Order: sequence, then C-alpha cells, then structure tokens
Amino acid sequence: MSSRRPRSWQSSSASRITEEQINDLVSKLQAVLPEARIRRSDRVSAAKVLQETCNYIRSLHREVDDLSERLSELLASTESSSAQAAIIRSLLM
Amino acid sequence: WRAPPGTRTLTPRFGPSKPMLAFRFLRALTLVHRTAANSSNAARSRRIQRAAFASMAYSAGPRRAWSRALLCRLHFHRARRRCAGRRRAAGVPRRPSTTGSPADGLRRLVPGGTGMDYCGLLEETADYIRCLSEQVKLMQSIVDSVGPGGR
Repeated sequence: MSSRRPRSWQSSSASRITEEQINDLVSKLQAVLPEARIRRSDRVSAAKVLQETCNYIRSLHREVDDLSERLSELLASTESSSAQAAIIRSLLM
Repeated sequence: WRAPPGTRTLTPRFGPSKPMLAFRFLRALTLVHRTAANSSNAARSRRIQRAAFASMAYSAGPRRAWSRALLCRLHFHRARRRCAGRRRAAGVPRRPSTTGSPADGLRRLVPGGTGMDYCGLLEETADYIRCLSEQVKLMQSIVDSVGPGGR
C-alpha cells in the first residue's frame, strides 16, 4: 500500500509514519472514550483526544481504588459462604 | 503456506476473555478474603487493587506492552516485598501530572508508556482502556451482587 504524499518527505528510517496512520489511531482512541466525555461524531484535535484520554484513565484508576475499598469492606462484613455464593451467582448470570 | 515477507501476522484483537478475567480476579479475591480477614481495611483494599491490575495483566498476557510492563512491575514489587519486608502499593503509580504535552501525560498513566513511540502509545492506550473498563465493570458487578440488596 503506497500512499502518495503531495510533498516528498523522504525519510531514511525504515518505518515512515504517515499523518493518516496517526489520525486513524487517534480516531480509534476517540472511539474507546465514553460518549459523555467526547462525542464520537465530532472532529476534535488530537491534543483534545489525548487530554480526555488522560482524564478518563485517571477516573478509571479512581474507580478501581473505590471499588477495591468497597470490596474490602464487603469481604469483611459479609459471611464468607454467602459472599462466595453471591459471587458465583453473579458469574453465572 | 507461508505469509509473504513483510506482512505482519495478525494477532486476534478480541482482547482478554471476560470469563478468564472474572475467574482470575475472583480467585485472587477469595485468597485475599481468606488470608487478610484480620488485616486493616486499607491493607485489604490495597491487595484487592493489586489483584485487579494483576488479573488484568495476566488476562491480557504478554501480547501487549502495557500488560508486560504491569507484570514486570508486579513481580518486581513482590520480590522486593519478600526480601525487604517493606510494604508498597504495587498498583499503577500515581505521579502528579507535571507540565508537558498530553502525550507525556499519557505516557505516565499507561504502564510501560515511557518507552513507547507515539503510534505504539496510541495503540496500547486504546487496549489498556478497554481492559481497564472491563475490570471496572467486573468489580462493579461483584459489588452489586454481593452488596446489600444484591440477592
């Protein structure tokens, strides 16, 4: 697959990353972000997508922390057999 | 049949299987429950957080740079804990975001990001986010079912 560029940017390195490739990767990243953060239909700048991605990852890390705390409390409070039964049930649903 | 030279072999992009992720995490959770019953809530919660990242990384396997980086970090910390006896949260390190391009910020957040080129970083980030959000969904569903009113 050869992509003709209007200007000849001859690169001596083995892999020439084209702008199209980068745009494609950025739009794939945009597709992974939830709709609330960034509308998929919008054409936003790469910097904006990266910024929102950073925010989203930070919020996911925070969720993992919060859920870990809640699970820790639940493990302590519930009786072991009932907790395990409920967990197994949730797996099968 | 041999692939023509120059073509990359396609790895299946299905991502980690959800049942395997659930199985690994629940197994770790059961272990925590058994062994850390008398620990403090903070210690237990740290172990659960580590278990979350560990099961993510093991499910993704060595096919991804972020999972390899996480697995290295987890093994390193486990070895250090055994030798030095020190406690360290071996999850993803939280460094305060200093000034820099958004790509730099991303490099600090994605495991193994500092060693990646721009394109690799974008690919790894998308995969990392997919796996991370699956892990969050899994943990949420466990909390929902085990928690009060979950029966």
